[in-house]
Amino acid sequence: MAKERLVLIGNGMAGVRTLEELLKLDPERYEITVFGAEPYPNYNRIMLSPVLAGEKTVDEIILNDRQWYEDNGITLHTGDPVVAIDRRRRVVRAESGLEAPYDRLLLATGSLPFIIPLPGADLQGVLGFRDIADVEAMLQAARQYEKAVVIGGGLLGLEAANGLMKQGMDVTVVHLLDTLMEKQLDPPAAALLKRSLEERGLKFRMPAQTTEIRGDGRVQAVAFADGTELPADLVVMAVGIRPNIELAQRAGIYCERGVVVNDTLQTFDPRVYAVGECVQHRGKTYGLVAPLFEQAKVCANHLAGLGYARYAGSVTSTKLKVTGIDLFSAGEFNEGEGDETLVLQDPARGMYKKLVVRDDRIKGAVLYGDTMDGSWYFQLMRDGADISDFRHTILFGQHDVGDAGHGDEKTRVMALPDDAEICGCNGVCKGEIVDAIVTKGLFTLEEVRAHTKASSSCGSCTGLVEALLASTVGEGYDASPKKKPLCGCTEYTHDEVRKAIVDHQLKSIPEVMRFMEWKTPDGCSKCRPALNFYLVVAWPGEYADDYRSRFINERVHANIQKDGTYSVVPRIFGGETSPAQLRAIAEIAEKWEVPTVKVTGGQRIDLLGVKKEQLPGIWGDLARAGFVSGHAYGKAIRTVKTCVGSEWCRFGTQDSTTMGIEIEKMTWGSWMPHKVKMAVSGCPRNCAEATIKDLGVVAVDSGWEIHVGGNGGIKVRVTDFLVKVETMEEVLEYTAAFLQLYREEAHYLERTAPWVERVGLHYIKERIVDDADNRKRLAERFLESQKYAQIDPWKERAEGADRHEFEPIRLIQGVA
Amino acid sequence: MSEWLEICRLDDIPRLGARVVEHPDGNIAIFRTKDDRVFALDDRCPHKGGPLSQGIVFDHKVACPLHDWVIDLEKGEAVPPDEGCTHRHPVRVENGLVYLSLARASAAA
Ligand SMILES: Cc1cc2nc3c(=O)[nH]c(=O)nc-3n(C[C@H](O)[C@H](O)[C@H](O)COP(=O)(O)OP(=O)(O)OC[C@H]3O[C@@H](n4cnc5c(N)ncnc54)[C@H](O)[C@@H]3O)c2cc1C
Ligand code: SF4
Ligand code: FES
Repeated sequence: MAKERLVLIGNGMAGVRTLEELLKLDPERYEITVFGAEPYPNYNRIMLSPVLAGEKTVDEIILNDRQWYEDNGITLHTGDPVVAIDRRRRVVRAESGLEAPYDRLLLATGSLPFIIPLPGADLQGVLGFRDIADVEAMLQAARQYEKAVVIGGGLLGLEAANGLMKQGMDVTVVHLLDTLMEKQLDPPAAALLKRSLEERGLKFRMPAQTTEIRGDGRVQAVAFADGTELPADLVVMAVGIRPNIELAQRAGIYCERGVVVNDTLQTFDPRVYAVGECVQHRGKTYGLVAPLFEQAKVCANHLAGLGYARYAGSVTSTKLKVTGIDLFSAGEFNEGEGDETLVLQDPARGMYKKLVVRDDRIKGAVLYGDTMDGSWYFQLMRDGADISDFRHTILFGQHDVGDAGHGDEKTRVMALPDDAEICGCNGVCKGEIVDAIVTKGLFTLEEVRAHTKASSSCGSCTGLVEALLASTVGEGYDASPKKKPLCGCTEYTHDEVRKAIVDHQLKSIPEVMRFMEWKTPDGCSKCRPALNFYLVVAWPGEYADDYRSRFINERVHANIQKDGTYSVVPRIFGGETSPAQLRAIAEIAEKWEVPTVKVTGGQRIDLLGVKKEQLPGIWGDLARAGFVSGHAYGKAIRTVKTCVGSEWCRFGTQDSTTMGIEIEKMTWGSWMPHKVKMAVSGCPRNCAEATIKDLGVVAVDSGWEIHVGGNGGIKVRVTDFLVKVETMEEVLEYTAAFLQLYREEAHYLERTAPWVERVGLHYIKERIVDDADNRKRLAERFLESQKYAQIDPWKERAEGADRHEFEPIRLIQGVA
Repeated sequence: MSEWLEICRLDDIPRLGARVVEHPDGNIAIFRTKDDRVFALDDRCPHKGGPLSQGIVFDHKVACPLHDWVIDLEKGEAVPPDEGCTHRHPVRVENGLVYLSLARASAAA
């Protein structure tokens, strides 16, 4: 049976998007023919503004090159508009005389710039701003002439004016009203915008009504209702668009302002579908790509014969693409009666944020200067979410809700929930982007665009996508949060390997390597320690630690120093010691002639310069004096630093020392993805520096605050506030749950700080604050694994374990 | 003129591990790989002198414990991009015993 024939009229953004969606659903169904009036393959019309401003070239904005049409078996006729549709014979005829029969027809003719029928509107040098030809004519004019007048102070007009100014022209914007972009902005935001455009060199003439365009062959001036006149060599009319329905009307397809379609994008002729700006749906027409792409998806669904998708109309938001100006607008941004407005303004920084609120729900938003949270407000608005819980901080942005709000754009994007919309044009959420980056191993913006379409249309979310890319891929300052194979021995990532270990019950390093088809016989110094750790976490008590896969420090339970000697740090719980303990340490240090004794940053005592072969002896002595290993050498729980707290300090609100001791007793001996340092302070003065630890507890009058993800190393990071609790039991439970989550999900050699940034605090809260059952289960798993972990490695070795590690071979025969 | 010294049993060296032979001119690391090959190198990393015997052994290589340079046990050379090389010493295994020859080391000394 021959394929059905689909003809697309209009080779633009909505039409070709529909084809893309259709090919995804059913690539074989149709023989497709496309007619385009313009001589180009499908390009990104939105990007005409940057092309005009000289920031992009025409080649760079082509979305589907001719090869794409060829690869998908699509017949493309460019520069050949369709002039007639014969619905009875089901044939379209193009200007060239070419005819094409169809079984289904798709109309996507877009819209036409509205040219005010003024006297002189047909003079040379009067242009619209719609396609590549317009842009080329403007660029041409900019090279020859000096003065430009742009009629229309809306989105399109301002982008045209900005572009022409960048091309060196002297540009005046003429606007009928006294507010720029009045469909998107309220007067204060419009005033800010005007001011900053003026600073860049644009001139304004507003309010002003144009009455005539004067000239002899070519435009020379623009005349106004007040009798004045402005010289002009180029006039761009950007006062609005009109759906391009002429062809449809002539074919007798029912039209009002646009081609009327139902919720399946079908016109009154069931064989004819329509999408894009030429369409009128439920009484509305659209002039932005986001709704058109939604239409495209639904239309493709029906063309593919699936028949379940419905288009119910769209709520739109707007951004202006003038480089350096951040502006966002959505919904009913001018307050009506009974509405409340929340406003945050910082004129010095040129920042203005306004939310219109009705019944604790956002109805509209205007942001100027800082648009980072635009997508969040837009989402709250569309969801009709009740904002009463956080309306006092809502203007400071999402990152400020429930957390101390430190952070650049990157931390802020990472704090967004997965369903936060990043790309408004294509409706792509953070979760989809992160997922694509992770599962497809994407590294560049281009790759993200190709896979998710995010940032591929108007480009104003490019910064956010780049921030997501940077934080998801990691920036390699600590060994591992990169999304890439665990090491050169495998194709698989950390997460995939971990999952396979659990899902397929892999219980030893050789088993993992066999199952996951390792490329090397016995791995390398990167994967073996990681696998060993993952197995320790997955099979507590069951997996026999492979000490050959541990770094030397963990193998000999001491910290190798640069001269090959070791340092020994006995554990002193909570940093609280006694004369007897100190005396024991002193005697041992003397007996073994330890060259240096030092108090560490974590409130412990460090014996430095111990030779390897002395280790078992020293450890034996320490064990007999009641000490266990301080694990100062390992990817493990290091120390819990404490202040003296309410026991002694006049500010102390709680007994921080006891809390620290309890935490350390519960957690010592546990292996971690990386080292873990903790601290407890007895009041917010925070003498134990708890807010730069992996986990910090700060006492307050009414209980304890738990903070996580801090780091005091190369890259200082302040903790994020996790939760406030009342009792010691709760602190212990949260601590155990947090550590277990970190053990189970972080990559080996990833500290808590980059881990928290990678997965987002929001995620961690979801797992252990919001979900009490999950928290309990995590804590139980932690305590279960501790049963096998709290065995003092020093004592074992002092008693003879791994003796060969410590004894050199001495040559008995005489050496030359 | 090699003089072979018996140093230990093969089983005294853990598989994928190493032992150290003390020597007045500098210690010598004896490695045993997974396929039971034995190699001997000066126990000094060409980078900053890290004790190679303490590194992680894999394939016919060892990763230095200090800064993770990887040294090829067969050639004694650092694996690119790092550059440098460590003295090798002849070793052989016979009847489960490991013999080391210091001929080259003393010749070079
Ligand atoms: C300068 C500029 C900046 C913009 N900025 C943004 C922005 O920042 N954000 C945003 O969301 N939107 C923006 N838009 C709007 C966006 O580009 C349009 O909403 C979108 O392109 C409409 O898609 P469409 O397929 O309906 O129409 P178009 O993309 O215009 O495609 C219609 C195509 O059909 C062709 N055609 C018409 N009649 C025929 C015929 N009879 N036969 C064959 N071909 C025919 C036309 O030549 C045209 O190529 C901007 C538009 C412009 C012009
Ligand atoms: S943190 Fe508070 S309680 Fe602890 S020592 Fe400092 S001031 Fe005292
Ligand atoms: S000393 Fe061996 S890697 Fe630096």
